[in-house]
Amino acid sequence: MSKLFSLNSLFSLPFSLKKGFSHGVHPPHHKEQTADLPIQRVPFVSRYIMPLGQHIGVPSEPVVKVGDRVHRGELIAQPKGFISTALHSPVTGKISNIGMHRYVDGSFRQAIEIEADPYATQQFVNTHNNVFNVKDMNIEQFIDAVQMSGIVGMGGAAFPSHVKYSIPDEQVITDLLVNGAECEPYLTNDHRLMVERPEAVLRGCEILRQKLNAKRVAIGVEKNKPESICQLKNYLTDDMAIDIVPLEVKYPQGAEKMLIKSIYNKELPAGKLPRDIGIAVNNVGTIVALADYFDHGMPLIERIVTLAGPGVQEPANLIVPIGTPIRDVLDFAGGLKEQTREVISGGPMMGSPIADLDAPILKGTSGILAFTEKETSRPPEYPCIRCARCLDACPYFLNPSRLALLGKARLFDEMQDKYNVMDCVECGACTYACPSNIPIVQHIRTAKDNLRNRKVET
Amino acid sequence: MMNNKDPKLLLQSAPLLRQELTTPAAMKDVWIALLPATAAALWFFGLSALLLLVTSIAGAVLTEWVFTDKDKRRFAISDTSAGLTGLLLGLTLPPGLPLWMAFLGGSVSIGLGKVIWGGLGTNLFNPALLGRAFLLGTFPIAMTTWGPAGGPGEFFQIHSSNFAWPLMQGQYDALSTATPLGLMKFEHETTALGSLFMGNTAGSIGETSSLFLLLGGLFLLLRRSIDWRIPAAIFLTASLFSLIMLLINGADSNFPSPLFTLFSGGLLLGTFFMATDPVTSPLTPRGCWIFGIGIGFLVVLIRLYGGLPEGMLYAILLMNAATPLIDRYTQPKIFGRKS
Ligand code: SF4
Ligand code: SF4
Repeated sequence: MSKLFSLNSLFSLPFSLKKGFSHGVHPPHHKEQTADLPIQRVPFVSRYIMPLGQHIGVPSEPVVKVGDRVHRGELIAQPKGFISTALHSPVTGKISNIGMHRYVDGSFRQAIEIEADPYATQQFVNTHNNVFNVKDMNIEQFIDAVQMSGIVGMGGAAFPSHVKYSIPDEQVITDLLVNGAECEPYLTNDHRLMVERPEAVLRGCEILRQKLNAKRVAIGVEKNKPESICQLKNYLTDDMAIDIVPLEVKYPQGAEKMLIKSIYNKELPAGKLPRDIGIAVNNVGTIVALADYFDHGMPLIERIVTLAGPGVQEPANLIVPIGTPIRDVLDFAGGLKEQTREVISGGPMMGSPIADLDAPILKGTSGILAFTEKETSRPPEYPCIRCARCLDACPYFLNPSRLALLGKARLFDEMQDKYNVMDCVECGACTYACPSNIPIVQHIRTAKDNLRNRKVET
Repeated sequence: MMNNKDPKLLLQSAPLLRQELTTPAAMKDVWIALLPATAAALWFFGLSALLLLVTSIAGAVLTEWVFTDKDKRRFAISDTSAGLTGLLLGLTLPPGLPLWMAFLGGSVSIGLGKVIWGGLGTNLFNPALLGRAFLLGTFPIAMTTWGPAGGPGEFFQIHSSNFAWPLMQGQYDALSTATPLGLMKFEHETTALGSLFMGNTAGSIGETSSLFLLLGGLFLLLRRSIDWRIPAAIFLTASLFSLIMLLINGADSNFPSPLFTLFSGGLLLGTFFMATDPVTSPLTPRGCWIFGIGIGFLVVLIRLYGGLPEGMLYAILLMNAATPLIDRYTQPKIFGRKS
């Protein structure tokens, strides 16, 4: 009944009375496949590939040569400039090559290849050769340390975290917002992290809150993860200035601006950063990486990856050393089913297709999902019937129908001048909602690329 | 250990998920919603209604077929939008209309109403209404001569004028009856609301039965196939405006009551199935309100002061024309920007 008729939406008000963001879509969340699977460690494989430019910003600079021996956790590439970060070896072994290697999107990128020792252990070296006393660090030391830890945004964006923490003098951070929404279907890596390591999440929150001088921390978690919420609350003590905020299950709840709207009921002005209104936003994965680094000295050399989708043999939540070839991770879980047609990295709404399974797991890889014919086959594209479903879906209140039409005609300037195409975050809600199967986001991406390139040229 | 069955991987970009509704399925909803009204048309107007509907659908679909590129034909017909236009036009025709006119109407609906604009999704005016406007302008007598409603017992009594030869008008002698709107306008006579509700009055074959039109409209609303704001705005404005006119002019004037306004003529069919046509109505929520208010206002105005008793046709067409402008000035406020 509820599927056939939706009374809610019929009487939905043109304005919103309740907290939370307006519009958005409700894709089936498909998390049942992996939500209850404990995190497993993937054993070492023979070869690791560490692309130098796997974060946003300037690629790192190698500090090793071919033939060098490296230990797990040892620095292999240093940041080049401020908007760049460090890379560490995920495994003990030998540098076998520094050169071009296939990247997930099929292009070739500079990467360091490491041949693992046959009996490599989980032991890692602490590159700062002492365990930090994070309490005594001033903010500059903290930022330097984060840069040397190689930590980047783990939600998928892979933006170097230390840059986020460098707050201009005139600005004050009052709130730390931790993103545990995990609104992408299929992905459960953040969920498992919150369930299995709640102390690490809370510890990381406290470290960062103190360093940023924030008053309170809010951890936003979608209500479809009651176990996460419950675990975090269990470990919460009175001396922590942390709130656990259950969020409405709606895509894209985890988009930065929507999260801020849902939790603080503030509309972040276009072109502004969260810190401009006193908020620092971090993913739970990033928070745990911080805790691991400052408590145990472990740089970012592994991460949790959800392996799911109808095309994988054995869905799983895995701790994967960064640099592990995707194929090896898949093999660990029994490989792909024969019916697999497409493999993507990240979630099904915003992830990107993987062109080569020999490409490695990156710092920003939250999931590897495999899909079969059923999910990848599309009905033909029909003309836009102006049904306005895309407008009702867009959380940014853009006009995707118009944007797609103008994009098809390559009228990029009009898309920007009249319809603010640059405000689109490519969340894909519009395309999900379109009954005519119009690749709206693709048109928008093309336009944005074009406009950006033009800006660079002039 | 290596997986050798490396599948040839697709590289479709995200989002990979789609909700289930497709455009042809959305059209199917409209077909379903029109079933009750179509059944009522057959009940009251018998075989004449059936023949009219079939010919106007045939005119529409054939025109789409002829004017579409060869390789896109199957695809263009498969979304069933042309057939739907034909059905909608058919439902607005008087029972005694010569069939060749119905065919021509269907053909003009698609030809001038859709194909020359560039096909589905590009037209400014509702194609069925454009076809009806053409018929009304070209064959005013045939289009305003109404037969009385019959019942199932008279199913096989066909109006002889249906079979007029092409380019001939046909004979109308005995069957002319005034519609409730005509009675109100020219004779100052009201029709019982019960008859309006059930549909046993004279009128266009698909417009007389308010009950069955409401059923269809409710279905579309619950399925969220149409924007609820448009019918809401039309109903509110039309009833409010006719109430005001009635109060100003006194009860003994020939001004109809709000309920009569809503349940007579083409108002319900037009509201649920034509004004809400997504292609020709505004995209934006605020635009839909303005659009509906405009129609509600115009329909009462035209019915009261126009030369013809019916007003829905021009009310919708006029607002169709205003749609691009409405859209332009009602763009929603973008998140994080000042309007
Ligand atoms: S959802 Fe698709 S068909 Fe509907 S208005 Fe948007 S682009 Fe057009
Ligand atoms: S992809 Fe862009 S236009 Fe589409 S819903 Fe998301 S923000 Fe809006």
